[in-house]
Amino acid sequence: MSDFKTSKNIKDKAKAAAAKQAAYGDDINIGNYEVAGDKLPYKEDPTQLDQKTKAKMLEAGIILDDPSQRSGTYIQMDSTPVHFTAKQEGVEIMPVSQALDKYDWVGDYFWKAQAVDADKYTANVELSDNDGYFIRSLKGQKTVYPVQACLFLKKPKAVQNVHNIIIAEEDSELHIITGCATSNSNEPGLHLGVSEFFIKKNAKVTFTMIHSWNPSIAVRPRTTTVIEDGGLFLSNYLLMKPVSNLQMNPAAYCVGENATVRFNSILVAAKDTNLDIGSRVFLNSPKSRTEIISRAITTGGKIVARGYIEGNAPDVKGHLECRGLILEEKGIIHAIPELKGSLAGIDLSHEAAVGKIAEEEVEYLMSRGLTRDQATAAIVRGFLRVDVEGLPPLLNAEFQKAVEASEKEVM
Amino acid sequence: MLKIKDLSVSVEGKEIIHDINLTINTGETHVLFGPNGAGKSTLLMAIMGFPKYKITKGSIHFKGKDITRLNVDERARMGIGMSFQRPPVVRGVKTRDMVAACLKNDGDSEEITKLAERADLQDFLERDINYGFSGGEIKRSELMQLMAQKPELTLMDEPESGVDLVNIALIGEMMNELLEKNCPIAERKCMGLIITHTGHILDYVNARTGYVMCDGTIGCVGDPHEMLATIREKGYNECIKCYLGRLPLHE
Repeated sequence: MSDFKTSKNIKDKAKAAAAKQAAYGDDINIGNYEVAGDKLPYKEDPTQLDQKTKAKMLEAGIILDDPSQRSGTYIQMDSTPVHFTAKQEGVEIMPVSQALDKYDWVGDYFWKAQAVDADKYTANVELSDNDGYFIRSLKGQKTVYPVQACLFLKKPKAVQNVHNIIIAEEDSELHIITGCATSNSNEPGLHLGVSEFFIKKNAKVTFTMIHSWNPSIAVRPRTTTVIEDGGLFLSNYLLMKPVSNLQMNPAAYCVGENATVRFNSILVAAKDTNLDIGSRVFLNSPKSRTEIISRAITTGGKIVARGYIEGNAPDVKGHLECRGLILEEKGIIHAIPELKGSLAGIDLSHEAAVGKIAEEEVEYLMSRGLTRDQATAAIVRGFLRVDVEGLPPLLNAEFQKAVEASEKEVM
Repeated sequence: MLKIKDLSVSVEGKEIIHDINLTINTGETHVLFGPNGAGKSTLLMAIMGFPKYKITKGSIHFKGKDITRLNVDERARMGIGMSFQRPPVVRGVKTRDMVAACLKNDGDSEEITKLAERADLQDFLERDINYGFSGGEIKRSELMQLMAQKPELTLMDEPESGVDLVNIALIGEMMNELLEKNCPIAERKCMGLIITHTGHILDYVNARTGYVMCDGTIGCVGDPHEMLATIREKGYNECIKCYLGRLPLHE
């Protein structure tokens, strides 16, 4: 597919960046991973997938046995789309390779938001055999139930190259749950995932991403979102399961008046997990606004928690909240909140705090009769509880359930 | 019954309370007066069992058991509860969660709603505990939690400070309910020990015995209303002078 989808110019840019190290995070040698070239068979009925695979997917929020509360499903194993269905009119779900065949304009969206030469990982996606999901809500269509998309690493020691395109046409509403998982409990692998979101005038997209990898996997997602007038992009990211090395710093560009972006991230780093995760928002249009909230817990791993808001237009407003909790002596959390304003009349603020659980808070709860363990658990649970404004109740409940399901690994 | 015998308490290596003796019989409410820094809060924190307040000498008995070495949660489960003067904010832990934790059976939501109505805190149940609460809201929230906990011994650290005149009557009502003031004396099981700096709360809650604390000891014991009248007229300096005058010469 990569042969025909993009211009020579883009290919040349990718080739030039093939060895370019990323701005942040450890450098991963892509050559250490095999190419996941084998095409896998299409599954007409995804409930027929084996129980173990379905269980792994379920841990990442992908429900296959009872998809009544989903408006569609996309499953990609390694580089092969193995299933895709859309159950709601006005929502299109297919592999990007198929979308390119169907619409001659789809190619225009490739590398329109995300730079192909950002680093060697974006370049590798372009230069390798890849596929990904194309999800589009048509003008005025509002989905009630979310579309679920699973990116599954099946082949051990392989690299998965993904390129997703998401388009919410004017006045539409689209909810997406992306679950990333692997079949192997300890085999290495590398996931490279490019996602480009286009949120048109007055459209609303909520994007909930749950990562459930294994302690040997390296992950480099590259996500960029463009939001037009009155559009809303709400991103929730949940990473509570161990992973070896994960770096991402998704960006959102508000290009239309009154555009809104919210990033919520819940990160847990167990021993030997190395995370460098941030969110960037560029408020380039008047009255655009954003809120970035991250909660990071280390139980022995290392987390760099970044946040960046740039205000470049009148009457923009942004707030960044970054809180870290160190539950084990050897854990490290490095919070880096950044604000940049380029004109008067903008309103940007941040708060960051990193520490251990305050003994005073534990004792306060103990004075009400809770044991030390119960008090600590209540505080950790509270720390992880982020009320996501704008998320539909169903998705919010699922998100909280996913948090609760992983809580015991933190305690 | 709460019986404190020869109690000395240190905080960060410095002795704050020296040789205190105090007994509260079942059903009684006592009041602690005293200037800032006299050791009133330290005494309450030591009774509640906070580890920072180290008991270096003496003992505390509650309901006939020696609780001197028990942890704070063990004391809470035995029936001791405390209303904090400045409780910490616990982000993410909702007021509802705290009330539920205090209710021994975890409570149903109807019970929690009733308590919130009683404390006029209906809109606070889904808020993080103490986050952005005013002085009065903190006091009412503390008492609401205690009403869920139903302690036999209630320790209250300045329950009226920061409370406006409208709300102080409500605080008084809640305290009276906690201390079973509406029951005949003989039937009361609940005890109270209240720190009051200004004495305003005595207009709403009756107490049997008062103490003036100075320099980590109990300077005098008596009728709390009489004591308050003297303190209001002459200030704590007079109490201290009186107390110093009664000390044996070698001290």
